[in-house]
Parts: sequence; structure tokens; C-alpha cells
Amino acid sequence: MSTQQDDRVLVVVQMTGGNDFLNTVVPFTNEHYFDARKKIRINPDEVLPINDELGINQNAAPFKRLYDEGKMAIVQGVGYPNSNRSHFRGMDIWHTCEPDKVGLEGWLGQAIRELDPHAENVLTGVNIGRGLPRAMAVSGVPVTSVGDLEGYGVMTEVEQEDLRDRAVSMFRNIYGGAIGAGPTAEYIGKTGIDVLKGADLLGDVASKYESTVEYADNPIAKSLRDVARIHLAGLGARIFYTNHIGYDTHANEMAAHPKLMNDVSGAISDFLDDLDQHDASDNVTVLAFTEFGRRMRDNGSGTDHGSGGGAYLFGKPVEGGLYSEYPSLNPSEWEHGEDLRHMIDFRGIYGTVLEQWLSVEAAPIVKGHYEQIRPFKN
Amino acid sequence: MKSDRMEVAHLMRRAGFGATPSELDTLTAEKTYDEIVDDLVNPERFDEVEQAFIERYIGGEPVAVYVAKWLYRMINTPRPLEEKMALFLHHIYPVAWGKSEHGPSIFRQIDTFRRVGLTDFRTILLELSKDPAMIFWLDNNENHKDEINENYGRELLELFSMGIGAYSEDDIKSASRAFTGWTFRQPLSLYPMGHHQAVFEFVPEDHDFGEKTFLGHTGNLDGGDIIDIIVDEAATARFISRHLYNFFVEDEAQVPSWSIEPPRNEDAIEQLATVFLESNGDMRAVLASLFKSPFFKNSVQRKKVKSPAELVAGVLKQTGEFRYPKPGMQNFAGASTVMGQNLLNPPTVEGWHTGHEWIDSGTLSERVNFAEKQFADPDKPGIKEILERVGGLGGDPEELVNNCLELMGGLRVSDETRRLLVDYTKDLNTISQSNGGDSDEKQVDVINLLQMIVSTVDYQFA
Repeated sequence: MSTQQDDRVLVVVQMTGGNDFLNTVVPFTNEHYFDARKKIRINPDEVLPINDELGINQNAAPFKRLYDEGKMAIVQGVGYPNSNRSHFRGMDIWHTCEPDKVGLEGWLGQAIRELDPHAENVLTGVNIGRGLPRAMAVSGVPVTSVGDLEGYGVMTEVEQEDLRDRAVSMFRNIYGGAIGAGPTAEYIGKTGIDVLKGADLLGDVASKYESTVEYADNPIAKSLRDVARIHLAGLGARIFYTNHIGYDTHANEMAAHPKLMNDVSGAISDFLDDLDQHDASDNVTVLAFTEFGRRMRDNGSGTDHGSGGGAYLFGKPVEGGLYSEYPSLNPSEWEHGEDLRHMIDFRGIYGTVLEQWLSVEAAPIVKGHYEQIRPFKN
Repeated sequence: MKSDRMEVAHLMRRAGFGATPSELDTLTAEKTYDEIVDDLVNPERFDEVEQAFIERYIGGEPVAVYVAKWLYRMINTPRPLEEKMALFLHHIYPVAWGKSEHGPSIFRQIDTFRRVGLTDFRTILLELSKDPAMIFWLDNNENHKDEINENYGRELLELFSMGIGAYSEDDIKSASRAFTGWTFRQPLSLYPMGHHQAVFEFVPEDHDFGEKTFLGHTGNLDGGDIIDIIVDEAATARFISRHLYNFFVEDEAQVPSWSIEPPRNEDAIEQLATVFLESNGDMRAVLASLFKSPFFKNSVQRKKVKSPAELVAGVLKQTGEFRYPKPGMQNFAGASTVMGQNLLNPPTVEGWHTGHEWIDSGTLSERVNFAEKQFADPDKPGIKEILERVGGLGGDPEELVNNCLELMGGLRVSDETRRLLVDYTKDLNTISQSNGGDSDEKQVDVINLLQMIVSTVDYQFA
């Protein structure tokens, strides 16, 4: 496996909770939108138009800039048949591409296995956050989950410096010593050694990084800054994952959603600027997705779980613009009488990224052939 | 000594969430092993943990609060097996908050599990089938006389009682018909009252009273009849026995492969299944048989990976930080989540995958760093108790390691790990002496050995 700098890298941002697509890419001239959204609406003077019909929520102004620069592809109406309204099940389906049964292997975990079949680099897949998202979980595929880049590793609570090295080396001996002690102990031992390998590689990443880009002080900005730091260290990471929580806006959407838009758009544009500054933009694409859109009609304070959301691709390699079609807002065409229809299957978006960006065969991972889009420049 | 300390420690770890050194002192001095088992399976002999007291200290977001209260119970209950059985039933009958987002019904379900876990299996299945959280989770409220929804009927047979292969698709249809009209109602409206506990309701007009055939029995069967038939089936006895074996004794393959993979210990499953059938599914009898068996007593080293809940509760029990209610408990509600077990929010109807699947690099570093962090403060009462009893670094290193392992809940480690811990003790002693003990810096001491012990491969096992 190679760790060349020009290997293509995918950064996935999960917008957890079901982002309100209608209030992100706003159909600001459509009467049906204003009929359905009596209160939870973005008015025409609050959008940044990208054409005569659609405008980006003004709270996501950095997205408008990226769109104008041709670095943002908006995929409209992403979903799947009989969209599941449970967050958990919905996210599960997105993570495993198994709408009808419980899938065990995450789609990105399978991609990591293809990119690094002999598990040579514990950083081929990196999750920024705590715990492992199911999308990256495949038994036997090492993925490093970085909750705190500065403090990644084990025995981090040992304060005395002379002791800490000794403690880490003892940990290494104990976990290394489990080889041959039965399959489960051996597996745990190997995993412990993987953690140490990751910690060794990540050890001086934070101190080596320099940039004049000032990321905002919020969780998604911090996460994407960590992605930048690890990516720029050239450690061979190919797939990054991180999640941005809070999109489940049943109540008080008009208070919460602007901040989400502001934070996520600022973080992604800062991240891309950071790559530009380091002349490292050519081989990085960002995919942002959410598990479902929200209901056509608002509930007075927020919006309930719906379907037909949106996905977004960002980066210099991306051919900016609108992809797929905006779902019809006409009530007669709503799904189940209350939801946006999906216009393209999310598995086609995965397929697009897997095949056209990472050169990994999509069908075995997404379980079939789905319509793809052509969002990359070459 | 009426009983063996290491054996009782093992029992208390598996049948509960571990025992403190003084609890082990009392238990081993006063009771035989078999008497302790009899106490465990008869929780009514002991008071319940004081609930009202906890309420004053734990507040905030409802799900985290409930998990925190549950953790407090795991640590402090005088009825450890009752609490462990609630966790067992949550493992095998997993209902996730994420679908209903209906806190009160989800919490009530765990209370129900606590109440019925140590009764008989018929009661367990009956209460499960009437539980509003389960009814909504598996859509039995959508299971109508003229429009069968098979979700609950299918899982009741496949995942909750007999396992695949023991029934036909027609049996699923009959079972589903028998459960039509078993639904729930909301006593208070959501707006403006908010979420309140839903209650079970049988709606006769929506129930299919027609003749049904289920596993060879024909008649106007309703849900209760279906459960009666299920409980008498040999397949049920084996399936539940295997679940108990997997949860309390040794990691098994994951449930979907049970119809293909033979059990790890056929004799043990046979023994438990026989007790199950002879006692009409009395869980107390089955569990007493399990805990008193040589196969349980011998399943001591690296046989079962701790679940995150067991790890978190086990560590907190030993450190003693929450022996009494105090603020801060809810900070631990998310601890097991980052290790892969979001209590009250299992991933699927199949529940969590257990055994080595608990471990990946992310969850392992969370486990190690959590345990190590919790053991960093010598002033926590449990740690203080251990440190006072084990002596200093200057003594015989082998003895010190053995004492620590014994006092931290009768831990067993491999010979290799023990040898390395002895080496580490010697290192600690050297570093401690070279530091001179007069700097302002934190001193190297026995507590560093405790931190290493909870970071070992061995500590990942129950």
C-alpha cells in the first residue's frame, strides 16, 4: 500500500439528527414552500440566491462563497425508498447500505479494507470523535478513533513524565505478550498495539502543524482542524470521518438551525482554505450528509422527521453546481402526503465517491447498482 | 472463612458488578458459596437500593439521568443479580429510545425487567409482550385483526425465545394473529402534558379470535396461550440457556449463527435446559444451577470480555466514589457509550454484539483511559481502602501485586501479565526512590500499579 501525498482522500461529515434541506438550500420563490412552512421558514430576504429559484440560507454564507468558486456540489433530494424516520435505524441504513435488514459492515470500513487490504496502516481510516461510527466498523479493519489529538493514546492519565514512558512500554509488553494466549486475548493484544502505533504516528502531529487559518471555536471546526492537521502530516490517512450533532430540530429550529449552518459552513470553508494554504487541495474531497430531511409542514416550533434530504460535496476537485433535481414541493406530489420525495438514492452518491474518487468498486459495498452523478472535474 | 475469596469474587463479578474488599470480607466470613448463590437468586431477602435519595442528586437530560440512576443501582444495590438480570434482559430484548424517543416508557421497561428477571420465563415473556416500549419498538400497535404486522410475532420466536429453525412461517403468522389487539394507549396527550408512561391495552375489537394453529396446538389461541406453548418447548429451554451461558459464563458466537454453530459447552447447555424444563422456566432455579456448576467456577480467565456497562460499573464500584448519592453521577452516563454500549439505545433488535466485538482501537483506548483515570485519585474511598491494606512499594513486589489483584475484586491475570506487573512494581520502586519523595511533584506510588492493573489485557475480561 502506498502513502503517497497524491493519494486521494475523502472526508465525511455526518450532520447528525436530520438536517432541514428546505431551509438549507431554500426554494425562496416557491409558494408551496411558504404555504407549508408557516413559521419555520427562511424568507426571501434571508437567502443568498444561487439562481432564480434557490438560495443558500444566509447563515451559511461560506457555502455561498464556495458555491460561487465552483467548489460546492449540491446533491438535491437524496434518500431511499420508504425512508426510515428513526434516527437510529436511519443512520444505520446510511452506514451499512442495508435498508431491509440489519447490516454489520460499515460502508467506509469496507472501503478502507479495499484501500489497505493488509491493514498496514492503522491510520488509513481515521475518525475524529469518540467511539467508532458504524460506517467505519468492519471486524478486522483497524480504524483509529481520535477523541483528543493532543492526548491520543493510553496511560495519558499518568502525570509523572519519567513514569509515563515506562507505563507505555509496560502496556506494550503486556498487550504484545497476549499474542498466542487464545484468540480473544490475542485480538485485544493486537488492538492495544494498534493504539500505540496510532499514538506514535500522531504524537507530534499537533506540534508540527502551522497555519494562519483561524478556525472558529466550535466542535465541528475543531474536528475539521484535526482532520487538516493529520492529513497535512502525510501519514497516509485516506478516509476521515467526523460528526456534527444537533440537527434534530423538532423544537426551536429558528434558534438552533442558524448556528448549525454557521458552524458547519464556516468549518468546511476554513478547512478548504487551510488545504489551499498548504497547497494540498487537489486530492481532498469532503462529503457532507444527513440521515433524512425534515417534514414539509412545520409544527410551529420546529420540523419533524421527514425524508428527501440533501448531500454536499466540497473541494477543489469538485465540479460545483446543482446535481439531481429538487424534489417537487407541490402537495399533490409529496410522499405519504407530507414528505419530500427522494430524487436520487444515497447509495448512488456513495457509489459516485467510491468509484469516481477512491477507485473502489461500489457494487459489493452499496449492494447493487445505483444511479451515480458526475461531480468530479476529471 | 466459610467460602473461597477468589471464587466469591468471580461470582460477584458475573452475577453482579463486583464486590469491594470489605464486602468480600463479610461474604466469605459469614456464608458458604452456595448460600451466597441462594441469596443472589432470592433478591427479596434484601432491601431495595434507596431510590428517593438518588433523585435529589441526579438531574438533567432524561435519558442520561436514567442511565446514571441505573449505574448508581448497579454499583450500590444489595440485590446485584436483580440488577444484572435487568441488564441481561436489556441485552436480549433490546429496545432503543431512538425510535420512540419516549423516555418514560423506556425507563419503565427496565423497571419491569428488574421486577420479573428473577421470576419464571412465562412471566418474563408475558410482561415483555405487554410492555408499551416493546409494543411500539416492534410495531405490535400496527398489528391489526384485518392487517397482520408480523414484526413482533417473528422476533418473539426468532430472537426472544426459540431461535431460528424451531418453527415455521405459518407459526409466525399464527403467533402474530394471537397478539392482534395487544397495544397501548397514552393516558395523557403529548401536547401540552409532555411524555408520560404509556399503558398496555387489550382491544378486543381488534383481536383475531379465530382458530389458529401454533406449533401443533390448535384453538382460539391468544398471546398468553402462545407464550405457554413457547415456554414448554425444548428449543426455548436451550435458546435461553445459551443466552445465559453467553452472558454469565463464556462468550458464545453471535446469536444469528446459533442455528449453525454448536454451543461452546454442550453439556452445560443441556444441564441448564433440563433445569429450565423441569422447573417450568424458573429463572432462579436455572441461575442457581449455573452459578453452582463447575463450568461456571472454572470459567475464570479470559473467557468473557466485559461489556462496557460491566466495565464502567465495575470500576466505579471499586473506586467507591458513588457509594452514597452525590452530584456528578450523570457525567458517567456517556462513559459506556463511547466504549460502544449506549444503554437504553441498543443498535438493533438483535442487541449488542458481545465478546471480542466490544473491542476496537477506539473503544479499547476509551476503556483503558477510563479505568486508568478513575484509579488516579488516592482519596476516593475505595482506592484509599485498597492502598491502606496493600502496604507500600518497598515490600516484596510479588506479594504486593498479588495483594492488589485480590483487593481489586479478586482479579485473575495470566502468568505473563503477573510477571510484567512485578517488573513494573520494581520499576516504580526505583523511580520512587530516585525522586527522593521531597519534590512538589506527584509521587510515584502503589496507585500507579493499580492504574496499570486496570489497563491490562486481562482487565478487559470479566
